[in-house]
Amino acid sequence: MGNHVLVIEDEPNIVEAIRFILMRDGWDVSTLSDGDLAEDTIRFCRPDVVILDVMLPGRSGLEVLAALRADAATRSLPVLMLTAKGQGRDRAEAERIGASRFMSKPFSNTEILASVRALAGV
Amino acid sequence: MVPFNILVVVCLVYVGLLFLVAFLVERRAHARALPWLRSPLIYTLSLSIFCTAWTFYGAVGYAVRSGWEFMTIYLGPTLVFVGWWWVLRKLVRIGKTQRVTSIADLISSRYGKSNMLGVIVTVISVVAATPYIALQLQSVTLSFAVFASTAADGGPVPDKAATALWVAVGLALFTVLFGTRNLDSNERHLGVVTAIAVEAVVKLVALVAVGVFVVWGLAGGPADMMAKINASPLSSWDLQPGRWAGLIFLSAAAVLCLPRMFQVMVVENVDERHLATASWAFPLYLFLMCLFVLPIAVAGLDLLPPGTNPDLFVLTLPLAQGQDGLAMLAFLGGFSSATSMVIVASIALATMVSNHIVMPLWLSLRPARAVSGDVRRIVLLSRRLAIAGIVALGYAYFQLSGGSAALAAIGLISFVGAAQILPAMLGGIFWRGATRVGAVCGLLTGAGVWVYSLYLPSFGPDGVISARLIAEGPWGIGWLRPQALFGVEGIDPLIHAMFWSLVLNATAFFAGSILTFPGPVERVQGAAFVNVFDGEVPAGGWVRGAATAENLLILSQRILGGDGALAFFEAEARMQGKAGPLPDPTPGFVGALERRLSGSVGAATAHAMIAQTVGGAAVSVEDLMAVANETAQIMEYSARLEAQSEELTRTARQLQLANEKLTRLSVQKDSFLSQISHELRTPMTSIRAFSEILMEGDMPPAMLRRHATIIHEEAIRLTRLLDDLLNLSVLENAGVQLTLGLVSLQDMIDRALVAAAQTRPERSFAVHRDPASEALYVTTDADRLTQVFINLISNARKYCAAPEPELRIAVRQRGGRVMVDVIDNGRGIPEDSQALIFEKFARLTDETRAGGAGLGLAICREVMTALGGSITYLPGQGGTAFRVTFPLRLRAVA
Amino acid sequence: MKRPGLPLFLQRRPYRRRRKIDAARLLPVFGAFLLLLPMLWAPAGDEGRGTVGDGLYLFVVWAGLIAVARLLAPSLTADGQPDPDEGKG
Repeated sequence: MGNHVLVIEDEPNIVEAIRFILMRDGWDVSTLSDGDLAEDTIRFCRPDVVILDVMLPGRSGLEVLAALRADAATRSLPVLMLTAKGQGRDRAEAERIGASRFMSKPFSNTEILASVRALAGV
Repeated sequence: MVPFNILVVVCLVYVGLLFLVAFLVERRAHARALPWLRSPLIYTLSLSIFCTAWTFYGAVGYAVRSGWEFMTIYLGPTLVFVGWWWVLRKLVRIGKTQRVTSIADLISSRYGKSNMLGVIVTVISVVAATPYIALQLQSVTLSFAVFASTAADGGPVPDKAATALWVAVGLALFTVLFGTRNLDSNERHLGVVTAIAVEAVVKLVALVAVGVFVVWGLAGGPADMMAKINASPLSSWDLQPGRWAGLIFLSAAAVLCLPRMFQVMVVENVDERHLATASWAFPLYLFLMCLFVLPIAVAGLDLLPPGTNPDLFVLTLPLAQGQDGLAMLAFLGGFSSATSMVIVASIALATMVSNHIVMPLWLSLRPARAVSGDVRRIVLLSRRLAIAGIVALGYAYFQLSGGSAALAAIGLISFVGAAQILPAMLGGIFWRGATRVGAVCGLLTGAGVWVYSLYLPSFGPDGVISARLIAEGPWGIGWLRPQALFGVEGIDPLIHAMFWSLVLNATAFFAGSILTFPGPVERVQGAAFVNVFDGEVPAGGWVRGAATAENLLILSQRILGGDGALAFFEAEARMQGKAGPLPDPTPGFVGALERRLSGSVGAATAHAMIAQTVGGAAVSVEDLMAVANETAQIMEYSARLEAQSEELTRTARQLQLANEKLTRLSVQKDSFLSQISHELRTPMTSIRAFSEILMEGDMPPAMLRRHATIIHEEAIRLTRLLDDLLNLSVLENAGVQLTLGLVSLQDMIDRALVAAAQTRPERSFAVHRDPASEALYVTTDADRLTQVFINLISNARKYCAAPEPELRIAVRQRGGRVMVDVIDNGRGIPEDSQALIFEKFARLTDETRAGGAGLGLAICREVMTALGGSITYLPGQGGTAFRVTFPLRLRAVA
Repeated sequence: MKRPGLPLFLQRRPYRRRRKIDAARLLPVFGAFLLLLPMLWAPAGDEGRGTVGDGLYLFVVWAGLIAVARLLAPSLTADGQPDPDEGKG
């Protein structure tokens, strides 16, 4: 397994935190702040794990996830969903569409690191 | 000579015959097998109850006293019938469309189904008719007495009182049997009407036979008759112009207003076309009834001993000439006249008493039973009792007055009483401005004057009111003398009373009508009556209410009977295109049902019963109509409908808008928590993540500083958000402390621009201002107002997407208010969002989010409300534009 | 009363019917006039009014009214539609 993680999140500070945590652990981290470009980026850089925020400018995280699951190439791609809304409805929706994992913000650093490791099968 | 007991047998046989006719007709009519019974001939003959015994016997006596004046009583009705196109046609049509059951019902229904009017008309009618019924009993009794005195060997002759009693009882029985067999008055009393028609033929034949006997038997033909008249004391007569014109008018009014005439003319009418035939045939009948009156009078004066009662010449003349058969015929004619009048009058009055007095009383005493109880039986019982009561009243009057000569004048007195209904009736069918209050005033005034100036004095001096009062007036007030009101003396008392009662009646009616405002039901009824020929005007109308068709069926079964009610419901259901027996309780159906029921129990009672079943819906009809009141006054019916529908559309549109807003607000409320959560969690995430990193320690100082800065930024962001939330909740709960002071508007805008420049400082805005207009000093809370400006300008900086952003601030002063417009050259806010932007968290798109929590405009709105002003979105300014309005001098609220 | 939308020219039959309705409306007015007319006659001589003459006059007027009403009646209900607006166009 590779060690490439794509973080799709629009809050720059959160992106910076995640990148710091993962890079320190030896992951290769790409970031994106826009939902519209998510699919193309994933197809292009073929990440091993995607961290996807639900609320994004442009297409929402859930829409992006649905598109990924509809494509044979990305059907089994591990996707970790993040949301700040903290409502059960979002989690249920994400799991229905096919999120591999779901975490609400704020998360603990060890937790997110453990999740990424688990998803990458390390 | 006819022995008395034979006479009794003849009477009984005759009554039995009538009984048989009525019975057969009722049975055949039930089988719908006698088309000729519904002919104009029967209708015309039934109208002949106008000619009572007072006519039959009394006309000759009247002719002896006043020559041709007796003819006025028939000339009035002739004019009314010849002019049927004016009034009768309209009355009959209204009677049909509104299912009117009596003249009291007509008046009550026209004036908003007011039961009070029904009661007033009923009372006037009963008071006026009672002596008239007594008069009939008297004439029958007198005619019996004539036979009894001429036939001494006929066995024991009962005294007058006993005769009258037996006649009264017999009449009451006959009327009860045939007058109350079926309930729906619109099913009509076909049996009774046919019996009346037979009696009409008998009395005409009898009078004509006596006349022919006089002219061709006693005299030698018409020429000889004329010679005899010229030779008699009746060769000349005195025409009193006042009485002549007055009595023609009075009899015309009476034929319209007498309850019994209304009964046969309108209620019992089966086909409007019969009226056209009656328009000439009924005058012809009256013509024939009058033709031989004078010859009989002259012959009676000539041949009978002086002092013979001229009121009985019709009977005594053939008797004196030994024509027993003819005398018997004449007797039966008089008997017919009396009985038919009593029968029809008591049916008509009983319907009125039952529908307008007994039923409303019963309904108000036992409201719960209106739906559950057996109304049908109650109605029939009350009608039967009323018939008996009315005949009993007539009998009592006869007994009390002792069959005096005063009775003879009672016919015209009764006419004047009945005529009091004329203004309310004609006004009601020709003038939409006539109101209930007007009708009540007119009727009460007219009836009062009539009772005071004619009815009470008719009992003779010292009868009911003292001779002194008649001569000097009450308390010696001369102008209140009953027979010389307002000092008008020297007129015939009857004409005097008629003139004053009708003039005051009409005046009160008119004044009351123009001074008051009719209620909604009244106005609908007024339009339905006055415009009865202008097609269907929906009458009344029920709002689709809580009543189920089943409840209504239960109610109507009590009144129409099981089969009748079911048939009606099935027919209505078919018209609605439904298969089952129960139609939908649409307003139209309930209205039709009400009209149908009013055919049985009168408009007011039917309205009340339906109202009890339908429940509160009746009230909302009034309310609905009240909404349309203003427009209704001015516009015609169609215009009114238009206005109503416009009003409805407008209301519906407002409701729809309100609903849309509510729906969106509810969605927003729903996402409020989710939004709050998001706004709080986002900075929290960064803070937590970086603080965890820091806690691990062992980090280069530059990185340490960098992470601490982020934590600090996010903490400030969190604080600002909490401040905003608290601010808003304080503002919303109106717990704002304002610090008022005199400040320069220009200063405030300057400060706002400086403060807002921190938002996206990288963008440079071209700001357009007009310093002259800003040179205003305002009394307000400077900090709060400045905050509003800051929010607006920051918003513009955040969201204006134009490549060369511009901001325009325009200030205007109007009276005591200042308007500040903040306009940028961005895309503006789409129309469907304009209603929402002032709500909490109403950030329009995720695209435009720029760090705010979406509370800014909500806060602005609350602040402006606290400052006695407002903030609105200005559409069509070529960009996003807000207008802030506030008072120039805000006064502190104590 | 103004009735909007009424054609200027009516067919012959409706036109006649309308004039008959006018006649029916006027009949009672004429009748009332003729019946009140005797009030204006001064009695000839000192003997008061002549009963026979007045009677003949009244009966003739009465019979005349009946006859005219008889003539008008059938056509007013000929089609069972007493509405004056029928037969438009």
